[in-house]
Amino acid sequence: MNDLGNVRADFPILERKINGKRLAFLDSAASSQKPVQVLDAMDRVYRTRYANVHRGAYTLSQEATDDYEAARRKVTRFINADDDEIIFTRSTTSALNMVAYSLGLNGLGEGDRILTTVMEHHANIVPWQMVARYTGAEVIYADIDSGHRVATEAVTEMIDERVKIVSISGMSNVLGSMPAISEIAAAAHAAGAVMIVDAAQLVPHAPVDVKALGADFLAFSSHKMLGPTGVGVLWGRRDRLEEMEPIEGGGEMISDVTLDGSTWAPVPHKFEAGTPPFVEAIGLGAAVDYLSELGMDRVFAHDRELTAYALDRLGEIPDLYVQGPADVHNRGGAVSFSMPDIHAHDLATILDQEGVQVRAGHHCAKPLMRRLDVPATARASFYIYSVREDVDALIDAIHVARKIFGV
Amino acid sequence: MALEELYREVILDHYRNPRNRVELDAPTAHADGNNPLCGDEVHLDLIVADGIVTDIAVTGQGCSISQSSASMMSDAIKGKTLADVNDLTAKFKAMMDIDANGDAGIDPDRPGAMLGDLEALQGVRKFPVRIKCANLAWTTLQEALGN
Ligand SMILES: Cc1ncc(COP(=O)(O)O)c(C=O)c1O
Repeated sequence: MNDLGNVRADFPILERKINGKRLAFLDSAASSQKPVQVLDAMDRVYRTRYANVHRGAYTLSQEATDDYEAARRKVTRFINADDDEIIFTRSTTSALNMVAYSLGLNGLGEGDRILTTVMEHHANIVPWQMVARYTGAEVIYADIDSGHRVATEAVTEMIDERVKIVSISGMSNVLGSMPAISEIAAAAHAAGAVMIVDAAQLVPHAPVDVKALGADFLAFSSHKMLGPTGVGVLWGRRDRLEEMEPIEGGGEMISDVTLDGSTWAPVPHKFEAGTPPFVEAIGLGAAVDYLSELGMDRVFAHDRELTAYALDRLGEIPDLYVQGPADVHNRGGAVSFSMPDIHAHDLATILDQEGVQVRAGHHCAKPLMRRLDVPATARASFYIYSVREDVDALIDAIHVARKIFGV
Repeated sequence: MALEELYREVILDHYRNPRNRVELDAPTAHADGNNPLCGDEVHLDLIVADGIVTDIAVTGQGCSISQSSASMMSDAIKGKTLADVNDLTAKFKAMMDIDANGDAGIDPDRPGAMLGDLEALQGVRKFPVRIKCANLAWTTLQEALGN
């Protein structure tokens, strides 16, 4: 039991032992575990309602299509979007690449700028660098402050008429910091720029209302929010999607095809070329039901309570530095830390022997590691099934590591 | 317990006090190795004269396994002929090859026999994800020596 109720009972994997020890799964920022409700929803499709979507006027295809479109409506409501604004992609990464290429190759040129930050995941850096290489545009980066947050002014003071795109993470996967997206979006719009949010961490962990956020595009992944791998979401404001060009062509995305050329299906289907990951999308729909029932306010509060507890307990350990804000104000539940005498990989190996699963490395944020001047960090991250016992196991295991390394 | 086999005292000693962490004036061979997955880095400068590795300098950063392996390697190959260095490299890589055991005359109970201090690294075999850490210095050495 935890403050969200008996949710742990819905996650069969939590019963596993790791190296003979109780599993303390502390890598939900990389990917979350799955409740039986999601597994069952997908299983049901494969067992009883499976055929390709949007294909035939026969019962099974119609049922699969209905389930797929119902999942789209669930995701739509989950982030308070409007109808036809949800595009199913492969992941956050493919969603960000889709906007980057489409906007980049249909509008950017020499002298234009793309503004992001130094704390981004590679998924929100590399596509922009690639687009910059093709178009002659330039990528510029807002810095973090000494408290490891992105101050609103640090971003807004870099916005001028050259900046055409602002693309920023709503919650850092390394630091947990949450920039003030709606204020940044307002500044971006005032300068005529498009505002994109990498919401890979934000949507799973905090209530999101796209209307209040004020952005133009939002990208997130199913697998980090109780859903299966293989499906992600690009939300785009209806008018932006209408004017945006698809970058993938193929089946399902067309209105008509002749040997001379083709026309596109209406949004969102013009962005979904080929057979979509519809069973996965249906699984995501079940995940969204699960989270909605808990309530995202409570999910966020639960993460925050555990984060505060973890920050407190990690603070007891000498020679351990938390990389990221020291308090839970505007902060999500990814807690990165480093120890000067014990490399993060050694720490992760030792923790693993104690059943504690944490990620060690650069977390796909190498520019941030350089900025923080650390080779790697260990990171503990939480989700709805996490409990204080997991944090206690982490702390005990860190002491085992300190003993082995004689610190 | 496996952790004690992994973190032997020699390994921790080489990690805390890495050998040959110097700069060479006129290296004749150089290579940079890194593990993109985990960020471990090993940089090698060597002086090879008349088929002998007369001097070596190691820099870099990373976990105890990658850095101690580089440090022990530098001690082990200094003053050795290229033929001996190649032989040692083959022996080390064979020790780390969890699939190839029993072949190549390797004693499965003591795959690191004849490697001296380096034998301490055989505990890494129980942690397959860390094998690439132990191998990094040796792969970099092979690159520096052009083979
Ligand atoms: C902030 C952030 N952005 C982007 C991604 C990429 O997500 P995915 O690998 O699902 O495409 C991640 C996940 O690792 C992330 O944490």
